Amino acid sequence: MVRRALFLLGSGLALTAGAASRFPPPDFEGGHQLPVTTTPAPRELTLEYLDAAVLLATLALATWLVYRPRSRRGLAVLSVFSLAYFGFYRKGCVCAIGAVQNIALGLFDRSYAIPLTVLVFFLAPIVVALFFGRTFCAAVCPQGAIQDLVLVKPLKVPLWLEHGLGVIPFLFLGAGVIFAATGSAFLICRFDPFVPFFRLSGSLSLLTLGAAFLVAGMFIGRPYCRFFCPYGALLRLAALAAKWRVRVTPDVCTQCRLCEHACPFGAMRNPTPTGLALETPAVERKRLSWLLLLLPVLIAGGALAGYRLAPAAAQLHPTVALAEFHLANLKSPATFPPMTPEALSLERAAADPETLLASARVIRQRATLACWLLGGWVGLVILLKLVALSVRVTRTDFEPDRGACVACARCFISCPNERVRLGLPPEPGLAVAGPVPAAAGTGGA
Amino acid sequence: MNGHPAGSPCSRRQFLRGGARLLAVTGVGGLAGVLATRASAQTTRWQIDPAKCVRCGNCATKCVLKQSAVKCVHAFAMCGYCQLCTGYFEPEPNALTTAAENQLCPTNAIKRTYIEDPYYEYTIDEELCIGCAKCVEGCSRFGNGSLFLQIRHDRCVNCNECAIARNCPADAISRTPVGHPYRLKTEGH
Ligand code: SF4
Ligand code: SF4
Ligand code: SF4
Ligand code: SF4
Repeated sequence: MVRRALFLLGSGLALTAGAASRFPPPDFEGGHQLPVTTTPAPRELTLEYLDAAVLLATLALATWLVYRPRSRRGLAVLSVFSLAYFGFYRKGCVCAIGAVQNIALGLFDRSYAIPLTVLVFFLAPIVVALFFGRTFCAAVCPQGAIQDLVLVKPLKVPLWLEHGLGVIPFLFLGAGVIFAATGSAFLICRFDPFVPFFRLSGSLSLLTLGAAFLVAGMFIGRPYCRFFCPYGALLRLAALAAKWRVRVTPDVCTQCRLCEHACPFGAMRNPTPTGLALETPAVERKRLSWLLLLLPVLIAGGALAGYRLAPAAAQLHPTVALAEFHLANLKSPATFPPMTPEALSLERAAADPETLLASARVIRQRATLACWLLGGWVGLVILLKLVALSVRVTRTDFEPDRGACVACARCFISCPNERVRLGLPPEPGLAVAGPVPAAAGTGGA
Repeated sequence: MNGHPAGSPCSRRQFLRGGARLLAVTGVGGLAGVLATRASAQTTRWQIDPAKCVRCGNCATKCVLKQSAVKCVHAFAMCGYCQLCTGYFEPEPNALTTAAENQLCPTNAIKRTYIEDPYYEYTIDEELCIGCAKCVEGCSRFGNGSLFLQIRHDRCVNCNECAIARNCPADAISRTPVGHPYRLKTEGH
């Protein structure tokens, strides 16, 4: 046996694959028992249903905390729990933000069945948002919770910047859906800045990104939620149609302005100033029709941009990437050390280039179509944002913007009526020159 | 918000909002209905198809975990129990001793146990194995191919998109039903 093995080695004879049992398994005279190959079981399916149950329970609890006891402290405690459970225990993987990609993949790829738990994670927060606003963001989402908990001193982001950057989540959502639907990549998961923290491991670049978000999050409230989160974009839309809304005051707004600066996430909106000359409906209608004229231009522009981007985007699909690599290598052959991923990839490509190139072509066509759509989507989103900005809103009270409010309940306590409700004395800092910036104004209306 | 006369912007908005909500609820309901036909009570796990794996080494480096969830496993029934295991020893060992420099495994994760003349048993210490596939390559190329890589589900966090899968040059990693989460090599495979 030794000699045989040595001979094989010595002659450098590289037998090709498939030649199993070159050395027949022995019959042991001593009756040696073969060990069994262990197969550690994955997490139980029942535990995954437990995840879904925990989601529903925390969602219900968060909603209740926002609307009934209106308790910021309760939400903070729940945030810590959610961060611990969905974040550090579940390592951020089953997550509502990423679920939208599974949904897209499931709709377009017949061979992929969406796990039921993922479906629940995708749908439940949206349904709740349609009635109560973004209570999922308030204390259930671990990504939201980690940003919420690192916040120290929120700086104000100018409203125009807030609106401008607020377009990004919709674009990210479009890209995430389209890349998932074409089976290219799960972009949203790949660029989730916090999951590497939950796992306490990950590539250096991602950990740096996460750290950057957390440091920024100390001064800019929830930067990922406001300017990137694709699921937040969906929840924002749902919350706009919500039946009930988060209100600062438990009963009536006395226009005391004390809550004006209370929202660290730029969601507070002032009442429409009275006395200012309001635009006549005619002016408004004219602007709207201009914007509608802009619609085809924006969509066409977006689609064209998408078309130009398509070849690069298609590269995200591993098959296309391999085909490109193969072709590039045919043109200018490079040598890679044997047994490296590069060399092995090329080997596989060279084994059957026709099939590879053919399937790459199909995928590329699909990607081109998808990029057209994505570009059109970008145009549409920008336009809708412009329309939303130009529509006149009459607000009589200080109130959080329905879409932007993440229902964190921070602003409640700044309302004197809330303090009365809770039986608390008025804001202690008010009498003295306190730290509350709003106190600089008039005490009441 | 209360007490606005009918036709005022507020009640119009409320009406629009109600309509939008009705639309959205119907839409979400419809979507849920469609998705329900595309959903499964089962979930999936990522797993390597050992028949496809080309032992490139990505498994050791691309996993999102600090120490890869991929480990070498041994199909003992396929093993020849060779004294000179080509998955264990360097191709040209200085001497047939178990000194580290003679071993293929960079982490000394393979334990070599004498069974009876001339047979030795090779077992993997998963705490040490980093899933680099060096031993798998040695065993597959010159031996019986009884060593192979598998994603170990006690370690894997089941990423929504496995980071190794998207880097695998052999496209060897795919989702498997959670009920059959391993693709083991068996005798005569
Ligand atoms: S906006 Fe996104 S990241 Fe933020 S809390 Fe909501 S779902 Fe989570
Ligand atoms: S990445 Fe693929 S080919 Fe490379 S070792 Fe892992 S399974 Fe094998
Ligand atoms: S050679 Fe690599 S794959 Fe094999 S046991 Fe050692 S670390 Fe694991
Ligand atoms: S699913 Fe994630 S943890 Fe599991 S093997 Fe792949 S990259 Fe590693």
